[in-house]
Amino acid sequence: MSGLTLLYTLFAYVAIAVFLVGFLARIWKYATTPSPLKIPLTPAPVNSVGVVYRMVQEVGFFKSLFYSNRIIWIGGYLMHIALLITIVKHLRFFFKTTPAALAWITSFEIYVGFIFFGALAFLFLMRLVIDRTYYLSLMQDYVLLIFLMLIAATGILTKYYVRTDIIKVKQFVMGLVQFRPEAIPGDPIFIIHFTLVLLLLIYFPFSKLMHSGGIFFSPTRNQVDDAREVRHVTPWAVKG
Amino acid sequence: MAEEITTTEEKTVDKDIAALLTSPPKRAPEPTPELTGKIVKPKIVQGAAAHYKPHVAKPEIQEKLGFPGTLVENWQEAAVAKMRELLGKYKSLQVYMDICVRCGSCTDKCQYFLSTRDPKNMPAGRAELFRQVYRKYFTTEGKIFGKLAGAVDFDLSLLAEWYSYFHQCSQCRRCSLYCPYGIDTAEISMAAREIMDSIGLGQKYTNEIIGKVHELGNNLGMNEAALRNAIEFVEEEIEEDTGVPVKLPINEEDAEVLLVTPSADFFATPHLESLVGYAKVFHQAGINWTLSTTAAEAGNFGMFVGSYYHMQKIASRIKQAIEELRPKRLVVGECGHAWRVAYAFWNTLIGPFDMLNQKYPRPQHICEFTLDLINRGALKIDKSANDEFVVTFHDSCNVARATRMGDKPGGQFDIPRELIKAVTNKYVDMEYDTIRERTFCCGGGGGLLTDELIDVRVKGAMPRMQALHNVMETHGVNFMALICAICKAQFTKIMPKYGIPMEVAGGVHQLVGRAIVLGAKE
Ligand code: SF4
Ligand code: SF4
Ligand code: SF4
Repeated sequence: MSGLTLLYTLFAYVAIAVFLVGFLARIWKYATTPSPLKIPLTPAPVNSVGVVYRMVQEVGFFKSLFYSNRIIWIGGYLMHIALLITIVKHLRFFFKTTPAALAWITSFEIYVGFIFFGALAFLFLMRLVIDRTYYLSLMQDYVLLIFLMLIAATGILTKYYVRTDIIKVKQFVMGLVQFRPEAIPGDPIFIIHFTLVLLLLIYFPFSKLMHSGGIFFSPTRNQVDDAREVRHVTPWAVKG
Repeated sequence: MAEEITTTEEKTVDKDIAALLTSPPKRAPEPTPELTGKIVKPKIVQGAAAHYKPHVAKPEIQEKLGFPGTLVENWQEAAVAKMRELLGKYKSLQVYMDICVRCGSCTDKCQYFLSTRDPKNMPAGRAELFRQVYRKYFTTEGKIFGKLAGAVDFDLSLLAEWYSYFHQCSQCRRCSLYCPYGIDTAEISMAAREIMDSIGLGQKYTNEIIGKVHELGNNLGMNEAALRNAIEFVEEEIEEDTGVPVKLPINEEDAEVLLVTPSADFFATPHLESLVGYAKVFHQAGINWTLSTTAAEAGNFGMFVGSYYHMQKIASRIKQAIEELRPKRLVVGECGHAWRVAYAFWNTLIGPFDMLNQKYPRPQHICEFTLDLINRGALKIDKSANDEFVVTFHDSCNVARATRMGDKPGGQFDIPRELIKAVTNKYVDMEYDTIRERTFCCGGGGGLLTDELIDVRVKGAMPRMQALHNVMETHGVNFMALICAICKAQFTKIMPKYGIPMEVAGGVHQLVGRAIVLGAKE
């Protein structure tokens, strides 16, 4: 095994471990911190089916954002959809023989990487031109966008311009999954792409990217509006 | 002096402890925003609202509530420790600290930003003051990258900003409605105030009132004799007016209904008119009811300072009154934040209400109660008594975004409107973006209803004033119906500054009271 392969094999395992442990630890924290009072943002659903529907609208369509800021919604929604499709397409690297459904999705050439990049660039631009968001933006907001743009750019390069050998990538990834390290494709663009993704995974649990899991624990959105009907009690807040 | 304060570009927060603890200097009133009928998104002006702050509570007030009398020696350490405690106690705070992506979609939704233009009055800008400390002491990112990542030492100038800007938030939750994750800056400002109280930096207005309600049972600090006098006076007024002896029973045992209403209803104008309305409703429906001197206050300022302890202690008076008087139903008068505490928190704080009749909501809002009577034909109504009015309705933000009336989501919008339409002939709504869950705050909620914050209050009311101005111009509206004691006090005070007569503000039950035909049933 070459030094590079060894390095990246270890790097990948560390990154995935940090991501999983960090993400789950955060989620555990959100899940176990009590909500002493009923604070749903009303009008709110009066039963849990309604709450699921509300969440689906928020997570699936960014409903509040849609009514709040159409411009940011367009950028944000495109970006997230493109990201989702890209992640799904990448799943093919994890299967020895690509499942039919996945192959079918992958067969559509919709330049999703370009949409992803474009949406990110748009969001970057918006941060700069709207004085309110420019004021709010922190270093990490720009860094994340640049990071994602670089990932998109290198991904696009490997796919359309300096084509990386997909078979070799697949072997490498399968090796990781099956704990039987295989040689990493030495293609520099691919290596950069892969490095950035791993770095992002490591940063993920410590960053605002936790909004992905955190939204499900937002009390104003996930609580049932039934304060009068059902007495809500949490451990520290009991007392007669 | 007045000249230099119009809009300061530099931040003028206090630089030392002495300055932080002293009251704001007396200033000439700032100009009232112009009524153009439009709510525009302003360009930001940094530091434009940095000079506002409420009076700091004196040691006597603080100590009565169990808070340190004045800023403690090791305040920074103590504040961080308190923050740790609250992060562990409130999911809202913990999650909201982490998940803001600074997308900016809340930034133009707060009435205080829209009018002051200060970016620290944008909801995420306000919360950022809290997050700066959170990052510094609780996040890996902040510990490694420090200032670069927006982590800031909790120093005196940041504390001064906390004191200023967390008292320019009425906890109206408008930001939460428009945030993709529902981040509720009200939760954050409550936590900030709780932390400040715990290190001895309290707000005089709110904490004084919490002290009064603990001591005397109402926010106005009236003793029982004064209360009884006031109620007698109301009875005389009604009889003089109508010739009918309508009673306002006090401390009657075993009545059907216990009415808990904000104490302002007993003394203030136009609040009194709503009290008259409630009394007429009970009288005419023939429902045996009572007020209680133990529970002569529906308001609960414990919420404004984020104190679960004080909120529960204040609410426990209601429970005590129920035990003393054994009513079958519990009805709450017109008050926004009070209805939030009653509707959403009472069951947790002082429930379960097993001793009350389960056939009715526990508690029930006076609008639910009255509309139900009207729908069942229990009241005779003469709408023409209100013909001099073209009415609109201001959705109190606490009622709109934190509670419900009736069984269906949105009942909190429909029930008061149906009630108004049942007692008046002419009703129009204000602009779409300013009503129902999208409503703007009156500008005086959340513990801001104090004289030294008058400039903040006048500005905070700007979006509502624009919308009201529009319907006054286009539809001849001359009455804005309210269901909140604070809204009533705020609007009657600030509307004249906008050139709108204060009589335009009044209670929903003021209209009900005028339209009820007394003695007509028999
Ligand atoms: S809308 Fe929500 S996520 Fe966006 S900046 Fe405001 S608080 Fe943060
Ligand atoms: S709760 Fe209301 S007043 Fe406070 S920041 Fe949000 S919108 Fe502004
Ligand atoms: S006073 Fe009225 S509008 Fe203002 S915060 Fe309270 S309920 Fe909302």
